This record gives sequence, structure tokens and C-alpha cells, in this order.
Amino acid sequence: MIVKRTELSFWERLYLPAIWGGFKVTARHFVNTVFRRKSVTMQYPEQKWVVPEGYRGAPYLVKDQEDNTKCVSCQLCEFVCPPKAIKITPPGPEGQPADRRNAEKMPKEFEINMLRCIFCGFCQEVCPEEAIFLERDYSLTGLSRGEMIYNKEKLLSLGGTHAGTQKWKHKLEEAKEQEVFPVKD
Amino acid sequence: MPFLEHLSPTQQFLLFSTLKIVAAIFLVLLPMVAYSVLAERKISAFIQDRVGPNRVGPFGIWQPLADGLKSFVKEDFTPDHVRKVYFWLAPALSLIPAFLTVAVIPFGSFLGKQKMVIADLNVGILYTFGIVSLGVYGIVLAGYAANSKYPFLGGIRSSAQMISYEIAMGMSVIPVFMLVGDLNLSQVINYQSGGAWLVFKQPVSFFIFLVAAFAETNRLPFDLPESETELVGGYHTEYSSMKFALFFMAEYANMITSSAMMVTLFFGGWTLPFGGLDQPASTLTGGLLHIGIFLGKIVALMGVFIWVRWMLPRFRYDQLMDLGWRRFIPVALANILATAVVLWLQGAK
Repeated sequence: MIVKRTELSFWERLYLPAIWGGFKVTARHFVNTVFRRKSVTMQYPEQKWVVPEGYRGAPYLVKDQEDNTKCVSCQLCEFVCPPKAIKITPPGPEGQPADRRNAEKMPKEFEINMLRCIFCGFCQEVCPEEAIFLERDYSLTGLSRGEMIYNKEKLLSLGGTHAGTQKWKHKLEEAKEQEVFPVKD
Repeated sequence: MPFLEHLSPTQQFLLFSTLKIVAAIFLVLLPMVAYSVLAERKISAFIQDRVGPNRVGPFGIWQPLADGLKSFVKEDFTPDHVRKVYFWLAPALSLIPAFLTVAVIPFGSFLGKQKMVIADLNVGILYTFGIVSLGVYGIVLAGYAANSKYPFLGGIRSSAQMISYEIAMGMSVIPVFMLVGDLNLSQVINYQSGGAWLVFKQPVSFFIFLVAAFAETNRLPFDLPESETELVGGYHTEYSSMKFALFFMAEYANMITSSAMMVTLFFGGWTLPFGGLDQPASTLTGGLLHIGIFLGKIVALMGVFIWVRWMLPRFRYDQLMDLGWRRFIPVALANILATAVVLWLQGAK
């Protein structure tokens, strides 16, 4: 394709109309910003951006409605994590029992290195217990590398309560129902 | 002041010259450089719907101090591949000419008995052009010293650009001196204090001088030596910390001195055409007022410099050369000729 280049008129070649046009645009913006306060700047630490639904921020552990740890230390997230940011210490045979009834165990320690985390959301995707979620925090700061490794306590306190289904509670109820109503043949 | 009378005229001259130099550089020029950087950032912000620096003090007025401190404490990194001597020499060479030009500019009428000009040379304008042309060496040397391709290209571009526009600039002021009949800048102001400012008598001269000043100071739309988009940073790519800050200061100091030149040549210097402000001051307040008028005019022209940067896109290199050689030089020559003919006809009467 050949782009047709139109011959500029003398007036256009003088360049002065372009200068005047440029002045009009810049003056309009200047007046709007200075006198009508229409600047688009967000004063960041004071004003914060409203994070949209579905945003992938920092991964935190959540608790269920009865304040129990949802994580059952299955370590799927640890295995799926591409940058190996998650480190789970299982409770072992003599460890503390799980908070929830019917759940087999819960992690003794759960660490996420936020400097390694790439916020991909695989942990949330893979979790069979809906125990880990990428939440809205995007501005994580610390004074040392060690400070950026979040432990179980910190992750749980930041994660809050999740309003989802309580899987093991329903399993318990199902089991009870099956005892009351035996399977028909 | 009795102790002054014990000094010989030479000693008095030395004392007052030193005072004027120190005051002009450290009390006027350097703070103006610092605050024109802030003004540039603020105005650019407003034009682009932003707020600009506003954290350091109210409306960010201490920002230049913070920037200066930052420049001093940053690591002064010298890359391994540079030519060390020239690398150290270049920033100084670009800043010094900008300061030297101030010497001949009359920045006020009288303060007490002292004439408010550091050196009242009778070839003031020739001195200015001589010194301003030296400014290109800093940039060329920086480009050469960096020993890498982008700064080198920036240095070459800048030398071509500055040499080209130097000619148009020099020719554009010839009609001014044909009218005034003297190369002394104080005489130029005296000429304007009687009648109209030279910008009204020589608008073409002023226009060419203004555009050439933009090119000489490497400001947009002629900032080809820097060209962030294709030359990384141009001639100062390899510089950091205070050495970079010196280039930055040189750019703004050059803007201020060329504004001062334009004020002197075309806008009547320290005069204002009403209230008796066009006559040399006899009182101390009058002298200070004249200095204030001169600085006010410089600030207004600096505003033009800054505003234009955010208004116009950059010229292509061939367009720049075309404009310099094939438009401005012929127009400047024609202007000289026209002025000569008019003066000849007036003289013939």
C-alpha cells in the first residue's frame, strides 16, 4: 500500500498553526489542573486504589466460620508452587490434632516467602480445602528478608474468615445421615 | 562607609567585582537553576494533569534542596570503559561557559555607585558568542569520553546542531547592533530605554534568536543530543550522581543566560517604559527594583522555555538541519539587508 502524502499548504508549512494548536491544548490542561483541580494523580499512601474483584494479591490462609484452621497440611500447594515460595511443616504422628472435627491434621508451621511468591494463584487453584486464597494486599513491605517470610500465625491473622462451604462439617453430617438412613438396595 | 575610602580604586574594583560575581552566581543564578527545575516539574505536571512534586515542604518548595542532597550522596560511578580525563573534564566544561556569560549582562542599573554589571565590556556580544560556543565542547567531550555509541551519537548531533544554529543566532542579532551602533550591552539597554523595545523593531531577529536559543540550549523541540527514545540519554548516558547534576545544571543555567541575553537585547533589560523606570536608578530601592524587573523578565522567558517543551514534539534530524541552514540563515541575511536599506534610506534624508 502506498500512503498518499498530501502537499502541505503554505500556512501549514509555516508551523505557526501547529504551535498555536499545541498552546491551546497545553493551556487547557494547565488551567483545568491548576484552577479546577482535575488532576488524575492519586496521593498514594493516603488514598488507595480500590482493588477489583478477582484481583490476585498476596496468598493468605483462611479460617472457617467456626474459627478453625482450614488447611489440612496436604502440601499440594507446596508441590505446585512454581517459585517454591511455600514451606509446610507437617505435624507428624505425635503432633497437635486439627482444630476441626473430622479433619485429619493441620500444619505445624506454614510459611510463605513473599519475596519468592509470584502471585500466580496455583496454590488457591490446587487447594482441595479452600484454605488458601490470593487476597487484596498488593503492597507488602518489610525491613529485612526474614521479615518477608510470613508464618502460619501471620498468614491466618491476615487471611480472615472464609464464608465458603465447611467441607468436613458436611462430611460429618453426611456420615451421620447415612447411619440414620441406610442405603437402600 | 569610611573604610571604603581608604582603599585604592583598584582595590575597590576588585572588592566590588568579587562581590558581584559571588552574588550573581550563588545568590541569583544557582537558586534560579534549582527552582527552574522545580518550575519545570510543576508546570509539566500541570500540563499533563498531574500534581508534581508536593511532598518536600508545602507545594514541594524544598524539592530542589532534596534533589541537590541526593545528587551529592549518590554513588559517583565511573564506568570502566570511559576515557577518564575527558570524563571528568566534560561536566565542568559544560557548566563553566554558562556561568561566564553572566559576566557581561547588565542585570540592573546602579546600586549605590556601582554599575550592576560584572564586566562592562565594549564587545559584550562578541564575548557572549565566543563563550556560548565553548559550551559545545563539554557535550562533545562527554560524548567522546563515554566511549560508547549512544553518547557518541549524542555528542556528534549536538556539535552539528550547535554550530549550525550559532550562525543563525549570530546573524539574527546583527540588525540589533546596526540599530544601536554599539556592541556594548549597556548601550543596547540605553538605546531601548529611550524608544520602543527592540522586539518591536526587530521581530524577525527576535524570533530567529529565540528559536536558535532553544537549539543552543538543547531544549525541546530541538533536544536531539539527548533524545531519550533513541539515544538512551544522549551524551550524559554514562554519567551519574553529581557529574550528571552538573550537566543538568548547565542546561538550566544556559536557559537562564540565554533568557537574560534576550531580555537585554530585545526586552529592554532592566527598564520598564513607565513610572520613570527607564532611567538609571539614583536610590537604593530604585536599584533593587531594576534588578527585580530584570529577574522578572527572565522568569517570564523561562516560562516560555518550559512551556514549549511540553507543547511541541521533537524535530527530525534532517528537519532540524533544514530549518537551520535553509530557512533561518537566509531569513537572517535578508533581515540584515532590509535593516541596512531602511537605515540607509533614513540616513539619506
